[in-house]
This record gives sequence, C-alpha cells and structure tokens, in this order.
Amino acid sequence: MASKQPTRDVITLKGSAAIVSEFLCYSVNSILFQRGVYPADEFGRVKKYGMTLLMCQQERVKAFIDTITQQIATWLETGTLQRVVMVIASMSTKEVLERWNFNIENDNEVIEKGVTREKSDKDIMTEIQAIMRQIAASVTFLPNIEEACTFDLLAYTSVDSEVPAEWAESDARLIHNPQVVKLRSIDTMVHQVEAMVAYKFTEEL
Amino acid sequence: MQSMAKSFQTPTKTNSVSCGKWDSVSLRENVSPVQLKKKTPKAKTPGRATDRFITDRSAMDFNVANLMLTKENSSMDVISPSRDEYKKQLAESLLNNNGQKQSRILAFKSKPPPPPEGLLNNNRTLYSQNVGAAQFKPKKMFRHIPQAPERTLDAPDMVDDYYLNLMDWSSSNVLAIALGMTVYLWDATTSSIEELVTVDEEGPITSVSWAPDGQYLAVGLNNSTVQLWDSTSLRQLRTLRGHSARVGALAWNGPTLATGGRDNAILNHDVRIRDHVIGSMEAHEQEVCGLKWSPSGQQLASGGNDNILHIWDASAASSASASPLHSLDEHQAAVKALAWCPFQSNLLASGGGTADRCIKFWNTHTGACVNSIDTHSQVCALQWSKHEKEILSSHGFSQNQLCLWKYPSMVKMTELSGHTSRVLHLAQSPDGYTVASAAGDETLRFWNVFGTPETKEVNISHRTKKVGSALTSLTRIR
Repeated sequence: MASKQPTRDVITLKGSAAIVSEFLCYSVNSILFQRGVYPADEFGRVKKYGMTLLMCQQERVKAFIDTITQQIATWLETGTLQRVVMVIASMSTKEVLERWNFNIENDNEVIEKGVTREKSDKDIMTEIQAIMRQIAASVTFLPNIEEACTFDLLAYTSVDSEVPAEWAESDARLIHNPQVVKLRSIDTMVHQVEAMVAYKFTEEL
Repeated sequence: MQSMAKSFQTPTKTNSVSCGKWDSVSLRENVSPVQLKKKTPKAKTPGRATDRFITDRSAMDFNVANLMLTKENSSMDVISPSRDEYKKQLAESLLNNNGQKQSRILAFKSKPPPPPEGLLNNNRTLYSQNVGAAQFKPKKMFRHIPQAPERTLDAPDMVDDYYLNLMDWSSSNVLAIALGMTVYLWDATTSSIEELVTVDEEGPITSVSWAPDGQYLAVGLNNSTVQLWDSTSLRQLRTLRGHSARVGALAWNGPTLATGGRDNAILNHDVRIRDHVIGSMEAHEQEVCGLKWSPSGQQLASGGNDNILHIWDASAASSASASPLHSLDEHQAAVKALAWCPFQSNLLASGGGTADRCIKFWNTHTGACVNSIDTHSQVCALQWSKHEKEILSSHGFSQNQLCLWKYPSMVKMTELSGHTSRVLHLAQSPDGYTVASAAGDETLRFWNVFGTPETKEVNISHRTKKVGSALTSLTRIR
C-alpha cells in the first residue's frame, strides 16, 4: 500500500476504492492458503502491509481474482457495492462449508460530492494488518476442511447498479445453522469494511 | 300539510310534541336533548299530525342518504390481488423505506479453477493433535486414499480359517477365490464370474495360487492333494500328491511349485515332469501356513504355526533334505503373513498372529531383524506397493482393518475399515493399484489403496517440488 499511495493523509474516493479492493484481493489469497483450498506450494510470498502474505501463483486463479478485484474497485467508486462474500464449498457435495463476509459501508457524501477525507496511511495499514492476522488465527476455531473444495466470490450490489457482462445473478449460498464469528474492520473514512466468517457447525468428533 | 311541513323544518316546541312518533326524522333536525327526553311513549298524537311520512325530495340529500344506507354492504374490503400488488409497488417506490434491504447478489460467471485432483487437505495433520493411536488417522499429504472400497462382492461359504490361503490375483487380471468346495474365477476386466471347479470328498479347498503366467492355477485341498487347472480351458491338468495332510500354502517359482502342509513339510514340485517332487524341506514343527518365493527366485520364506520363520535358499528346493539358511523365531505367534519387498532385494516383511501382532522386517542375507512394529492386532496378510514405498497389512480383532504404512518410517498412512470380521486374505491387482481383501464376514472388498495411474504423476511432481522448497518450512510452523 505504501508503494502505491502517495504518503499524504488525504484519502480520495479512488484511493479508498483501490485500498479496499487490494485488501480484499490479499485477504482472499490468504484465506485460500489458510484453508488449504489449493496446495500450499502454489503460493508465493509477497511483502505487503508490513507483513509477509501468501499469494496464489497459479495463473488461472490469479487471473480470476484480479478480474474480480478490478470490478470491485469500479463498484466501490460508484458506491454501489454493499458486501463481498467469499464462499468455500465442497467440490463433491457442493455444500457451502464457510462463508467469509466483508460488509462495506459507503460514505455517500464522498461519492456524490467528491470531497476528500483525512486518515493516516499508517492507521489504515495497522487495521489491515490486524484483519490479516485474524484470518491466519482463525484456523484455531474453524473446523478442519477434510475434502477438496472450491471457492467463489459473490458481490452484493444495489439493485439499480448496472450488471457487467461477466457477472450473473446468484443465490446467497447461505449456510444452514451457521456459527458466525465477527472479525475486525477497516475504515478508510470513505469505505468501511467489516469482516466476519460464518462456518458450518460440526459436531466434535 | 302545512303543519307537517312546518314541523319538519323548524324545531319548535310544537314540533317535538307533534312529531312524537317520528323520532328519526326529528333527530336530524337538531332537536334539543331536553325536549326529547320529555317525550313519553304515551304522547298523544296531536290532532294536526298525521301518521304518514310524506317525503320532501327537495330537502333531502340523496347522496348522503345512499351512502349511509349502503356503506355497510359496500365491497370496499374485497380488493383483487393485482390491486394489492399495485398498491404495494406504489408504496415501495413512493416511500422507498426498503432500499437498504434490496440488493442484488452477483457472482462472476466463469468460475475459478478447481484444486488439483486428489489434493488432500493437509490442515488436519498440521493442526490436530495425536489423540490416541486407535483414534488418530493421519493422512500423508501425497495422495487421497478413498476410505470406502471401490467394490464389494459377496463371498458366501468362505472358510474362516487363519491358516489357509484362499485368494490370489493372476497376472492376467483374474481373481481366484475358494469358497468352501468351489473355486470361482472373477475376471477383473469384465467383472464376470466363472466357476472353475467344485470338489466333493476331496474336502474344502485350502489354498489357491496362480502360476506366474496367469494361466495355470494350483488348488490345494484338504485331502492333501494339489490339483493343477488350466483356467482358459477350465480343465484339470494333473494332481500332485506327496503331502499327508491338508495343503494350506502354495508358492510358484517359474515352473516349480512349493507346497506347505499341515504335515509340517514343504515339498517342491516341478509341474512339467512326471515325478514332480523334486525337493522336500522339513524344518517346521507345526502346520506351514505362509510360503513366499522372493521376486528373484533365490530364496523361499516359510512361516509356520510353530512361530518360526525359515528362509531357504533356492538350492534347498532341489535337495531331499535341506536346512534353512535362517531360522527366525522372534515372532510370538503363527507367521502367516509374508511379503518380499519389490524395491529392495532381500527385504522380507512378516506378520505375527494374535499373540504377536507385530510386523517384522528382515534382511534375508544376514538374517537380521531390521525393524519391528506392534500393530495391536492379529496380522493376517501383507502386501507391498509396487509404486510407492508403502506396505499394506490386514488385521483381525478388534477393528478388522487394513493399515497402510509408509516405509521405512512405518508411519501409518491410513486405516481402511469396513470388514466386520478378520481380514484373512489380501491379493494385489497386476497393475498394482488395487488390493482385494477377503474376510471372515464373507465379503470381498476392492480398495484403491495404492493410488491410481494419475496420482502417480502427481506424486512424482510433488516430490520433486518439495525437495528444498522454502515453503515446507513455512507449513510446519503452526
């Protein structure tokens, strides 16, 4: 983040959209690694937010996540994105095992009038670091995933936004009887992202 | 009449008296309550008043009257569904107080690639702790081993005797199994079943063994003879005699067949010649239940109910009275399970019965025991994997499971349960990927335990990647 943003404390709408979409990209990769969706040796280390994070190096996965990240950034700039959900489902049964939910609150004043906000980069970075660490620590309470699974990203947008060509309507893919754990949030003064994870409650073996 | 009209329009004192009977009308005219109360039912009709109510249309408000009369019956409560919907839509768009809840859920049309085939999620081994040997089922990271059998076949009347060897899989992919008095051939490629032979007074069949070429089958019988059958023509070729008790163990070495029986003797036969007995090895003191030639054909391993494991040299097979190279007596129970290692010469694995429960590994050159592990359960059969450095063992009481071990670490890779009685016999398919297990519960189960041809590629690539990868250290830190 420090490399891309100017080191001023002024946050513009575009800047905030970039921060949030980048954060979502890194957190999706972290979740893929932590939950073992793809084999561990497909991930490479990058330095970001002052810590070492793992990004998936497989071409198709990278392309998939990058395309979505760009679209998310576009939506954030228009303030139509309400939340982003990452769904981890079993490959064989298609049952949803985990749902990583990122609620987004848009500051409409900034979107409509184009004013800027002030918040120090460092603060935002600290908040992002905290969420990343929480995602890594979540393995302590999330049930083990035994089988091969696949992931998907859902975007909740407002009804009047335009649907781009590559996106289709989907159902919410909720978990029946979930356990929900609320994680920390980041606030760029323009967008506020709250993270939480819902997982299928399994009986203790 | 005039007076009536007057009384109608103007509320006067006369009015209240004269119109005593027409309360409803007078009430409309703002009659003061005091005056009304004064009225009594016995008020006389005044002389000027009449009984009839004459309407004055010009004074009446018909619209209001109609409303008052019919409002109770109006159909205003019955609104059609479409009207209802229209009202709702109108309310929504006008009031717009539900704007928050309505959002569209979108998902990207093209989906992300699936994880590679056979990926085993390794989180379990990283994060779970060793609860107990019986409960903990560690899975190595290399491949996914299906926990359920690929196929289950019925094997009725299979004799539940530990000392017999009733199943063998030929190099021509035909599985022979002896059920009671009958030998059945199951063709693995066509899944067809054929009955080879049913014996009668020769007693139940005590052992079956395919010759290396996959065409000839040796059948050991309770009456101490061994029959030789041709599986393609389904005809018996010859009968080999020499034992004095049932023949429970058979082992082929090219054209020669070693047979072990309850008479404690091991006979070696050359099936091509008339006087087929070419050698006799007598060293066991109880029934010979395990007999296996090494892949090279240089050594013969024999295990007996006397808990001894003998290793014979091939030259002993052609002599009349030979002595074994090594006599290994470390097992505490009958040694039936024997398996020579395919990738390391002179390595033999042996398993002990109920009182022993160990798998021991031997260097048959020196006769030294290189490893011994306690499996906590009677070891009935052993099979090495041709593709990986793994060994599969089958067990009896209490779990009746098959255990797959990594060699040489002897880490238990997986346990396959399903049988409800001790798993007496194991046989491996010629391609080395499937193992058939036959148990006292009269079922025959096929397990894809040694992988599939595709996972073999994955494993190779995995292994070359993992060597020296920095990430392996990362995954260990948890």
